Amino acid sequence: MGKDRNTNQGPLNRRQFLGLGAGAGASMVLAACGGGTDAPPGAGGGGGGGGGQFGEGKEYTGPNVSLAFWNGFTGGDGPFMRQLVDQFNSEHQNIKVSMNVLRWEDFYPKVPTAVQSGNGPDIAIMHIDQLATNAARRVVIPVDEVATALQLQQDDFAPAVWSAGVYKEQRYGLPLDIHPLLFYYNQKEMEAAGISEPPKDRASFEAAAKELKGKGAQNPFWVTSTWPAHLMWWSLIHQFGGTPYNEDGSQAQFNSDAGVEALTWQVNNIQQGYSPKNVANDAQAVAFRQGKNALTWDGIWMMNEWAKVKGLEWGAAPLPQIGDQPAVWASSHNFVVTSQAQKDPNKLQASKVFISWISDHSIDWAKAGQIAARASVRESPEFQELEVQNIAAQQLDYVKFPPAVPGIGEVTAPTFELAVNEAVLGKKSPKAALDDATSKANELLAANKKKYGG
Amino acid sequence: MTSTDLGGRAAPPAAGPGAGQLRRGRGRLGAAGGRGGGGIVPYLFLAPYLLLFGLFVLAPSVYVIWISLHDWDFLLPGKPFVGLQNYLNLFKSGTVTSEPFWQAMTATGKFVLYSVPLLVAVPLAVAVMLNQRFPGRNFFRAAYFAPYVLGVAVVGILWRFLLDPNIGLVNHMLDRIGITTDIPWTTQTPWVWAALVGPTVWWTLGFNAVIYLAGLQDIPRELYEAAKVDGASRWQQFRNVTLPGLRPVLVFVVTITILASANVFGQPYLITQGRPGRETRSAIMLIGQEGLRDFRMGNAAAMSFLLTLALMLISVANFLLFRERKER
Repeated sequence: MGKDRNTNQGPLNRRQFLGLGAGAGASMVLAACGGGTDAPPGAGGGGGGGGGQFGEGKEYTGPNVSLAFWNGFTGGDGPFMRQLVDQFNSEHQNIKVSMNVLRWEDFYPKVPTAVQSGNGPDIAIMHIDQLATNAARRVVIPVDEVATALQLQQDDFAPAVWSAGVYKEQRYGLPLDIHPLLFYYNQKEMEAAGISEPPKDRASFEAAAKELKGKGAQNPFWVTSTWPAHLMWWSLIHQFGGTPYNEDGSQAQFNSDAGVEALTWQVNNIQQGYSPKNVANDAQAVAFRQGKNALTWDGIWMMNEWAKVKGLEWGAAPLPQIGDQPAVWASSHNFVVTSQAQKDPNKLQASKVFISWISDHSIDWAKAGQIAARASVRESPEFQELEVQNIAAQQLDYVKFPPAVPGIGEVTAPTFELAVNEAVLGKKSPKAALDDATSKANELLAANKKKYGG
Repeated sequence: MTSTDLGGRAAPPAAGPGAGQLRRGRGRLGAAGGRGGGGIVPYLFLAPYLLLFGLFVLAPSVYVIWISLHDWDFLLPGKPFVGLQNYLNLFKSGTVTSEPFWQAMTATGKFVLYSVPLLVAVPLAVAVMLNQRFPGRNFFRAAYFAPYVLGVAVVGILWRFLLDPNIGLVNHMLDRIGITTDIPWTTQTPWVWAALVGPTVWWTLGFNAVIYLAGLQDIPRELYEAAKVDGASRWQQFRNVTLPGLRPVLVFVVTITILASANVFGQPYLITQGRPGRETRSAIMLIGQEGLRDFRMGNAAAMSFLLTLALMLISVANFLLFRERKER
């Protein structure tokens, strides 16, 4: 699911507020009107052939062109991207990029309709688990050519993230970053409890929680019933040796022993009193800001949120290894080019230049609380100076993405995200919740397979 | 598709409030028709609205029925015709759509059941109070109406944080006065219903109160004076003068309140996220997710159509109920 970060951040900003009502309403209307034409634009234009639709080289010399660039960076990351776009615009006289920010929840329903009507983005950012869906629905077009022209190669990217952008042997996404979960801790609380370094495994983590509960913080490890609890579970099922889906993404196996063990461990934290009951949306992050929650697993991008809180001394570490092997949930922002841009060769060429430029400047993006996708950037001295990002990058060898199957992002919310909620709130046992989620997921996967043609 | 602004409030219909006024109007129109011999004029006056109505209500409604007969994703080239399968699936247990749909309908029904009596009764009490003469009356009228001007996003986020079980102000205050601790307002039944209905009443009672207030001011003073002369107590005055005088307004208020509550979306979307499990996910929320997030528009259209049908039946039943009493 593309629910990347926003729901998790306490104070919503103005844009998010406005987006809520208006976005939902507008997309309803759009959907009602947009159903007319049958053949989606740009179907099957992927082959390109010959000189290629993206043009040669890295430069754009054509007439003035404007590019609509959409993304969901509504949080602290938005200003970083905006600054990059402004800098790009000032350096390129004949290309004007205008950036439009929506909440991710509104972004994914809206972009397909907007692209189809021709009022959408030419380039956009999408999460890795949305690429296949949008490729199958022909919202985005293959970008193999861009990768070739820009000499972007697999060796420069983490293998997991590079291969996840491919659907039916064509590349649809160019990875910009990788953002895993991270383990944050409250330094003051840790010191008070006499814990000198962040716990790394199950024994030390549980010992730390026990110790912390004894000293000060009443509930040291808040397990939330909503986002990002299912991402914790996603990490844990892999740690316990399972996978949520089989290899080709045709079967769900949430209720495997590993899955049940993972969820049981989460629920146990509540039963032990390490977590309060009924932790609602955003509460665990707010509690961490207030120092009431000493240990929390949250997205890497939250680092900039913690940094804003005066008097909060916090540290970051790789996710502790609770199970038998290290594993962590992660997602990745990818550049995509939409079928709308395909109508204008100038736009295609200009978008290539833009993607290339941002990718080359991805060190500035990393500062927004992201791990740069390119190894060459990660190895640069500038990146080495970013402390938290470097800690997070230690997890890169074992980040776990979902399989690249169309519609996989939609399966999350009604299945394992729901199961985690039900188990954490004590409505169902972990096993029962995951059993239900698995059968529901299998039905959805079968329906998707039929719909998108396998 | 049901016409809703997604905020859970229905737009006031274009027709004037109340069956009584409609009846009076019809008499006048009939007279005019007799004199002018009909002709095109009335239709010309109706045309602008009819055009908009046809374009934005009627045509999409028919289109929804068409969509509901297909496995519809507007971006995919293939939209296989499936006949009534989408509907049959909703009525067959064990399909992907039936259980969530009936759960959402139940949740919607519960919300209607809990919120409508309060939204009919509380604003009436407020309106009767605000109809008295006392200093500062206009201030209080404004104060009770004020929350209504807020958007659902503001109301939802505000109450989500106020009612948070662990970090919310409400539980903090309850704790302070020593009543109890940690009521799971936004995460467990039955508390979630209080967390949805309470803010809704706070938010929209002003709207119904204003309509009542207008109705109250229409009741002739003489009736009260006559009642007083007959020695009626305040309660008897309310029972025998105010309530009958308000009947047409009451029909209107009950009808639009049921419709508005049945179209609830913003409150569960923001305050409970449909949790725990899916217990507070309303029908509109499910239809939105199914059609716009998961792109199964055929299913969503079928659900939408059934919801509309249910609401139409309820509205008709509502009118019949009130009319019957009147004729007796």
